[in-house]
Amino acid sequence: MKTPAKDWFRRAFHRIGAFFRKKPLDHELNEEMAAHLEFAVDELKGRGLSLEEARRQARVRFGNVGQAQEYHRATRGLPGMDILLQDLRFAFRTLRRDASFTAIAVLILALGIGANIAVFSVVHTMLLRPLPFSAPEQLVRIRQNDPKGGESSMTYSTDGMQEFQSQTRTFQAVTGYFAFSGPENVKLMGNGQPQPVTGLMVAGNFYQTLGVQPVLGRDFTEEESLKNSRPVVLLSNPFWRQHFAGDTSILGRAINMDGTPFTVIGVLPESFDFGSVFAPGAKVDLFTPAILGNMEDWGNTMALVGRLKPGVALSQAQLEADSLFPRLHQNLKHPYPNDGYTARLFGLKDYVSGKLRESLVVLWCAVGMILLIVCVNLSNLLLTRAASRQKEFALRSALGAGRGRIVRQLLTESLILSCAGASLGLGLAFAVTSWLSHQSAIALPLLSSVHVESTALGWTLLLAVGSALVFGLIPAFKISDRHLHDALKDAGAGMSEGRSHDRVRSILVASEVALSCVLLVGAGLLMRSFLHLLDVDLGFQPSRAAAISVSYDDGNNIVKRGAILRQVIERVEQIPGVETAGITDSLPMSTNRSWDISAKGRTYANGELEDTFVYVVTPGYLNAIGMRLVEGRDISWNDTDPKLAVVIINQTIAGHLWPHEDPVGKIASIGGTDAQVIGVVADVHETSAETAGGWQMYVSQTAPQFGPDGAELVVRSALPPDSLALSVMGVLRQMNPSQPATEFRPVQQLVDHASSPRRFFVLLVGAFAALGVILASLGIYGVISYSVTRQTKEIGIRMALGATAGSVMSGIIARTLRLTLAGIAAGTILSLALSRTMATLLFGTEPTDPVTFGAMILLLAGVALTAGYIPARRASRINPTIALRNS
Amino acid sequence: MDDSKLDLLQGTLDLMVLQTLSVMGTLHGYGIARRIEQVSGDTVLLNQGTIYAALVRLLQQGWISGEWGLSDNNRKAKFYAITAGGQEQLDRETAHWRRISDLMLRVLEMQSAGGEL
Repeated sequence: MKTPAKDWFRRAFHRIGAFFRKKPLDHELNEEMAAHLEFAVDELKGRGLSLEEARRQARVRFGNVGQAQEYHRATRGLPGMDILLQDLRFAFRTLRRDASFTAIAVLILALGIGANIAVFSVVHTMLLRPLPFSAPEQLVRIRQNDPKGGESSMTYSTDGMQEFQSQTRTFQAVTGYFAFSGPENVKLMGNGQPQPVTGLMVAGNFYQTLGVQPVLGRDFTEEESLKNSRPVVLLSNPFWRQHFAGDTSILGRAINMDGTPFTVIGVLPESFDFGSVFAPGAKVDLFTPAILGNMEDWGNTMALVGRLKPGVALSQAQLEADSLFPRLHQNLKHPYPNDGYTARLFGLKDYVSGKLRESLVVLWCAVGMILLIVCVNLSNLLLTRAASRQKEFALRSALGAGRGRIVRQLLTESLILSCAGASLGLGLAFAVTSWLSHQSAIALPLLSSVHVESTALGWTLLLAVGSALVFGLIPAFKISDRHLHDALKDAGAGMSEGRSHDRVRSILVASEVALSCVLLVGAGLLMRSFLHLLDVDLGFQPSRAAAISVSYDDGNNIVKRGAILRQVIERVEQIPGVETAGITDSLPMSTNRSWDISAKGRTYANGELEDTFVYVVTPGYLNAIGMRLVEGRDISWNDTDPKLAVVIINQTIAGHLWPHEDPVGKIASIGGTDAQVIGVVADVHETSAETAGGWQMYVSQTAPQFGPDGAELVVRSALPPDSLALSVMGVLRQMNPSQPATEFRPVQQLVDHASSPRRFFVLLVGAFAALGVILASLGIYGVISYSVTRQTKEIGIRMALGATAGSVMSGIIARTLRLTLAGIAAGTILSLALSRTMATLLFGTEPTDPVTFGAMILLLAGVALTAGYIPARRASRINPTIALRNS
Repeated sequence: MDDSKLDLLQGTLDLMVLQTLSVMGTLHGYGIARRIEQVSGDTVLLNQGTIYAALVRLLQQGWISGEWGLSDNNRKAKFYAITAGGQEQLDRETAHWRRISDLMLRVLEMQSAGGEL
């Protein structure tokens, strides 16, 4: 009968209602049917039949009561839901009975899925998601072509920036930030001790260009970037909350920075984290407008960011930049002939995380493999379990369950497992990502904004259902495929299990071994690279050295400065446990700047000289940081000749400026100032252990010719920095009561920070490889152990016929080895093919590194042998009499 | 009862029940089943038990109503009656059936009338 729509909905409503009211409805039906039979009996008795005959006929006419009830229920309620519920209930019951199996399966899945979600969240944040700015695809990072001299050779002068701003036709806005801010460069005075905070000067149009709106207050105005304007400051969101407890009345109030009152005009949004985009691992608290008029003579200081006009391609802008930049002036008032700039344009996103693409892809592949291994392992577990349920299925099938029904039941079970695994995995991923986002020691961009989000949730769902299908389907079909008669027969007395099951399981385990091979090789290569990196001679000794930034007030008097610094060092050196101390303006692997150096009186071709990292240091610094003086002497407190400064150069400079000559005693020209070379030091890795040092020179803090840019006190001591911190701070406070409470941190931290991305990837890939090996060994153990159990009788017979325990054991171990070697062979070939693609991620290690491959093979073979040995030993102890009697 | 009969019945049992209730007024399940059997000349077309699936379907569609009550011989039973919506549906379906059976008749008579086109 045709049914109008409204009636259909009414029916659906009733059906759902009926689904939840089974008991009373069933009761009513029973009563109704009982009444029906009694009416029939009454009528038949009326026709003269005996009670018994009447009852019989009434039943015959009614038909099968059970079937009628079933038919009624199916019409009344939701039969599909009933079956599903039945399957679920049954699955839960069987899973609970097999608690250890369930726990292992859920745990393995949770690890696999959790790792995948966590890594996906990281990949999504760093690679896939656009930057948290408006129209982020228009944003471009502009830097010079050759960044050999560190920040100084990547940045531009304020004049250059302004010239470009006014001449460009492809950019709608050009902005920048001051690239030479160190951490804790501002003393925040208030009540009590001054607090060290990190401030940064940005061009007035910085936030406008990025499209970042303050959540409170307003952005900088144009006037506030002019000379002698009222000092104003914008606060970062975390700083505002921690330092001012999120107090909105802070707007308009003045805070005292280094003795100058700055008016707070606004608070930036939480989504804006300067460090995570522009300087991974750094945290910036305060932003002030760069007063460009004051910075003309500072040289290259601004890191440039621009916003392209809509519809302009990066290549177009690059073309324009190629013609514009060489004509820009570093300093309009004092132009010199070759101050032409170069420019290389990068999409901001690409600049921020492009370098990580390969690492992240490797990481992603690694977790993908883990998930594959997890699925294979679960398939195996389910297969084992299903094989022991062979009889159950045969029985159910004999009782009328269709093949589809049995497959459906098995899939329901694996779906329950994967959903449980997925929810646990999701919890795991939440924990891992929130932990990661608080790791400021890892210098990865955007790490602080890593979190599990809706895309990741979708990914979870996909993974859960996908893995359920993958690991549930194989065993499901494998089982229902078998002739069930055979199953009933096979499981009978005296038979060992057929071989066909074993073959599938062996292939699964071998592929598991192959996958973990690939993971192990990947992790091994990265690990070897990392170890090579640790072995690099940095040119200084970070261990046992610690640094603290010192503030002093010399009233710009060079003589007074010398006296103060000398006194600081002498007093610190008197602290018990301190071996030696010295002061520098910048530490290796932290902030840097570069000047020029050349041999006096010589002319050089363009490009022959390189930007040179400069360090303004006191006597004793080289010693304190653990550098090696190859030749000549250290700077002394008496090197204060205003006409001739002194300089210590590194071996690279010596080789370039005075090849085949002794540089000591030669006169160099440092940006036009004469300086005598007094020593040569070994090269120091300035940016990281992976890159060479370049040109480096050291000049005196007490020389009138050079101005230091801050003071970092480096202390060398066998004692841990924590135990010294108090007494060092005591000395600094004695000398200068307004010394802020800066942190006394190990120099090793700087080195670790520089290598932290690599450490991060090594750790993760290593953890995944370990997980893979554990899962593979579980798989091997499962297969061998299971086959021993199934073959107990066979082994019993063989032993009764004279096989020794040793021959039984070696037979099983040989089988294990065959399995493993097949996996290793496949895995090695796969690894050789894949490892080439990660060549750029390696350091001092070939993609075909024989040590790594050898170690991988040994490790896997060892693990496999152990996994196979346990069941083999069990087999060798089988007592033939007992084994045979049991059948 | 073989399968072809069941197929026919599944579509038509609901209609038979509606028609019975429309003509007879209020009846319990047994009464409906007996009535249909009697009308069909006691040809047992169905197991009486199958009527209950049809009844619940019609109830849920709102075409009949059901209430517990007492029979003439004082037995508790559930009594069904056709509703206004049920009557409409019955009219619709009856017209539909007539059209189909007319059509079928004409098609089947075509053979006996010979085939001159």
